Amino acid sequence: MTMNAITRSQLYVLDQDEALDFYVGKLGFEVNTDQDLGFMRWLTVNVPGDPQREVLLEKPGPPALDPATAEQVRELLTKGAIGGWLSITTDDAHKTYEDLVAKGVDITDEPTERPYGIDFGIRDPFGNRIRIGQMFPRA
Amino acid sequence: MSRAVEQSNRAMLRARDAMDRAYAEPLDIPALARIALVSEAHFIRTFRATFGETPHRYLQRRRVERAMSMLVETGRDVTDICFAVGFSSLGSFSRTFRQIVGESPSEYRSRRSAGDATVPSCFTKAWTRPSSFG
Repeated sequence: MTMNAITRSQLYVLDQDEALDFYVGKLGFEVNTDQDLGFMRWLTVNVPGDPQREVLLEKPGPPALDPATAEQVRELLTKGAIGGWLSITTDDAHKTYEDLVAKGVDITDEPTERPYGIDFGIRDPFGNRIRIGQMFPRA
Repeated sequence: MSRAVEQSNRAMLRARDAMDRAYAEPLDIPALARIALVSEAHFIRTFRATFGETPHRYLQRRRVERAMSMLVETGRDVTDICFAVGFSSLGSFSRTFRQIVGESPSEYRSRRSAGDATVPSCFTKAWTRPSSFG
């Protein structure tokens, strides 16, 4: 058994249009697929130039989740406890940080030099955590 | 109904994120309440209902978590770290650190070694922040 790559992952979002505004409009992601499948809107995005790795922006709700469960998911998401997380690399952490501050993105951690690189934290509009780092080469 | 909870949660999270970001600055409840779009009294009550502890306690744990990291990863002296993470006196830093961690800053430093693993600091932040939940 040989596995090659993680190609798709998922984040819950409260509103897919607002998610597009954030991930594409502010973070500069590309829309990979945006298709109404009837039963759901399949919306994935990727970092520019890396379409092999998609992030599904999924809206919690029926019929996948019953209404009460969907409500629990939304409550946990908005308090930052649902567990959604992305770690993204950049060539220049400080410049990326300045760009995102100018766009009004919620910052959770200023750029800081760590043993592994320079990174900072942001929050998406719904409560998901995103880490953006300029990584040092691994020893 | 649920919409209101979500909006409240997200606003409280925004205020908590502001504390995480500016952990070394004095706790500014009026400013945090403004971020959360509620009154000061309502802010403290709602924060506690949302996250299970007061804003003051959260900030203390955030600062102690930062101090724990600096003690292990840097050679800075304890007094320097105390002020760097936002405490205004060595006495209150030592007292709070011991109360939360169970040992003094220098004892903690001598027991730990740097470079255990390289994990993103948001996880270190969340998981090394000393618990106040028992």
